Amino acid sequence: MVELALPKNSKVGTGKTWPKPDGATNLREYQIYRWNPDDGKNPQIDTYYVDMDTCGPMVLDALLKIKNEIDPTLTLRRSCREGICGSCSMNIDGTNTLACTMGTDEVSGTVKVYPLPHMEVIKDLVPDMTNFYAQHASIEPWLQTKTPEPQGEWLQSHEDREGLDGLYECILCACCSTSCPSYWWNSDRYLGPAVLLQAYRWLNDSRDEATGERLDNLEDPFRLYRCHTIMNCAKACPKSLNPAKAIAEIKKLMVERQL
Amino acid sequence: MSLRTPMSKVRGLGSAKSGAEHFWRQRVTAIANIPLMILFVAVLVSNLGGNHASVTASIGSPMIAILFLLIICSAVYHMYLGMQVIIEDYVHGEGLKIVCILGNIFFAVVIGLAGAFSILKLSFGS
Repeated sequence: MVELALPKNSKVGTGKTWPKPDGATNLREYQIYRWNPDDGKNPQIDTYYVDMDTCGPMVLDALLKIKNEIDPTLTLRRSCREGICGSCSMNIDGTNTLACTMGTDEVSGTVKVYPLPHMEVIKDLVPDMTNFYAQHASIEPWLQTKTPEPQGEWLQSHEDREGLDGLYECILCACCSTSCPSYWWNSDRYLGPAVLLQAYRWLNDSRDEATGERLDNLEDPFRLYRCHTIMNCAKACPKSLNPAKAIAEIKKLMVERQL
Repeated sequence: MSLRTPMSKVRGLGSAKSGAEHFWRQRVTAIANIPLMILFVAVLVSNLGGNHASVTASIGSPMIAILFLLIICSAVYHMYLGMQVIIEDYVHGEGLKIVCILGNIFFAVVIGLAGAFSILKLSFGS
């Protein structure tokens, strides 16, 4: 359901301002969303000051510096720190992106860090991705064939392989899906841009033989057609992919098989 | 509290196996509306400054009446399809949603028929 205001228990208050590090001259202010499921309080924004002379260039470097040196209770996901695992997706300076590939110098003024929008929060910057992953599993993201398995690999021409470019690179960080208003209001039934891009990755795979069944499962007013080409997904994607185009291609296939 | 698995919730009632037709019809009426609306505005502009008799005679003439009936069909159907999408987007309670969707159908039919009747009345006299 569309929500014009945050629910009562999600209203964000002002939190603690942590002391500035001693002797630092190149300080950067960070305002970070904090919520602890155990203390029964509403979320709050804590303010931290990071000495950029002793900090790496990325927002993730600063978050880890805060966790290591200022406040060990700050909770976030991270793994590869080079934009390939998709763990550290969060909302930085109002845009969903990866903390590890977003430079602090790309933000002017205070760096504001929130969890991905309209997701249940587990703690601080960690959203609950259960529904998102179940949606991904529901499109059966693996090769499906009727032809008996060949002795070697399933072959694909260079040209056919190019059909997967711009699709296979997705790291499932959910920056696109959680930037989509349609996904905010209908994530219980709408699959969202990330999962639909993955659905198209298998629809467009020359080796896959389940295209019809895949389209059958997607043809639904909510699963597919909640996309209203708002295009936030393409803007948010930290890998510069275009989920909106992939969704448009699925819609074209739906019409193509009828006419 | 429900112990249904996340996959069970996502699979839900399954695919409706519809939606493509709705999408297609919305595009067809959208394309039809482009020339129809241009002609509609042109007719209105050409009637600027006319008196009641000249305007009713103009709209009642066969070509213009047919054009206006086409506009009513295409635009009202397009409105009906679009309103349904908006209701599905924003209204989530099953009861309220059904009421809104019924209201949308009835509203579109009444508006469409009232418009068509008005044009026919101008065309065939009172």
